[in-house]
Amino acid sequence: MKKYFAEFTKGIIKENPTFVLALGLCPTLAVSVSLINGIGMGIAATFVLLGSNIIISLIKNFIPDRIRIPCFIVVIATFVTIAEMTMKAYSPVLDRALGIYVPLIVVNCIVLGRAEAFAQKSSVLNSLLDGLGMGVGFTLALLLISGIREFLGAGKLLGHGIFKGFEPVFVLGMPSGALLVIGLLLGFFNLLKNRKT
Amino acid sequence: MNPAQLLTIFISAVFIYNVILSRFLGLCSFIAISKETKPALAMSLSVMFVTTMASIITWAIYRFLLIPFGLTYLRTISFILVIATFVQLVEMVIRKISPPMYRFFGIYLPLITVNCAVLGVAVLNSDMFFVKGKAVPGSFIYSLFQGICVGLGYTLAMLLMSGIRERLDLCDVPQAVKEFPLAFIIASIMSLSFMGFNGFRF
Repeated sequence: MKKYFAEFTKGIIKENPTFVLALGLCPTLAVSVSLINGIGMGIAATFVLLGSNIIISLIKNFIPDRIRIPCFIVVIATFVTIAEMTMKAYSPVLDRALGIYVPLIVVNCIVLGRAEAFAQKSSVLNSLLDGLGMGVGFTLALLLISGIREFLGAGKLLGHGIFKGFEPVFVLGMPSGALLVIGLLLGFFNLLKNRKT
Repeated sequence: MNPAQLLTIFISAVFIYNVILSRFLGLCSFIAISKETKPALAMSLSVMFVTTMASIITWAIYRFLLIPFGLTYLRTISFILVIATFVQLVEMVIRKISPPMYRFFGIYLPLITVNCAVLGVAVLNSDMFFVKGKAVPGSFIYSLFQGICVGLGYTLAMLLMSGIRERLDLCDVPQAVKEFPLAFIIASIMSLSFMGFNGFRF
């Protein structure tokens, strides 16, 4: 039981896809303007990770080694299409806000990276837990970045104003603010790590 | 088709909505390979070639296959498959024709399959140049040109970044921000300066 739990939690802190593995940064930076975008992207990516990890670990014995990448991509793209169509049907506003970054989950390095590094040589249950853990870790990282950006960049959280008379730092809502926030956060986590050792 | 439109595409793809600094496509390769100028240039040229070719191929697929048969919801899956196959093909051709060129470009080509810039251009083209399921006049030229321009924008950002990082090797920076964090902070400042192009009006 403990082993399974470790499989789930490693994606959240020790191997956090965004801050430790530095994977899948494109969508992280592009959609993290507001908290609600971050939540939407996190859920979509978690769904794709979970689905592709399960399917790939189920069919791992039938995939020839040489063409495994195209096979993985087809599986991943199928789940992305499902997520894209669901989002279009049930939440068109979110779909418009996320724009081209929804189909781009296909090329999110986290998903392909987990398929290649984990799901293709692990059991179904382990892959499921790994996918879920990585998805949660990715979502938490997105929440952190988009929370900081929405709070400081627009003075709001989830679209509600927090302070009266707070002058927002507009640049944090712009592309360059995203790069700055993630650069400083990465530096901060490095600092914590160096302190520990 | 309208020549002024081409100029707008050029300015917006290279400067205003620079593929890396504003749209954040291909960021992983941008951070990973921009340590030295020469590999950065090789990667940029490969990306430019692939974005151009991918624009042509995906335009044809979208126009002649997906739209007539009402299959536009298969866009993502068909585009990424075609791009992956095409990149594999190019790799094989280069390996056969010119081993020195393969040594120069070869290791970057597999990476390009999962480079968001390529799929990003394809998706952008199909969003921008097809209105309500119909191709706008001249959409093929626009798509092709946008493919080239996005590649140019990638090259520009890549060369600037690798130049800065080469110089940075000589500086004494705090341990915690060495490598990746500093690269992001520099990219942020570059992106800030690229925002100056936002004022262009036509």
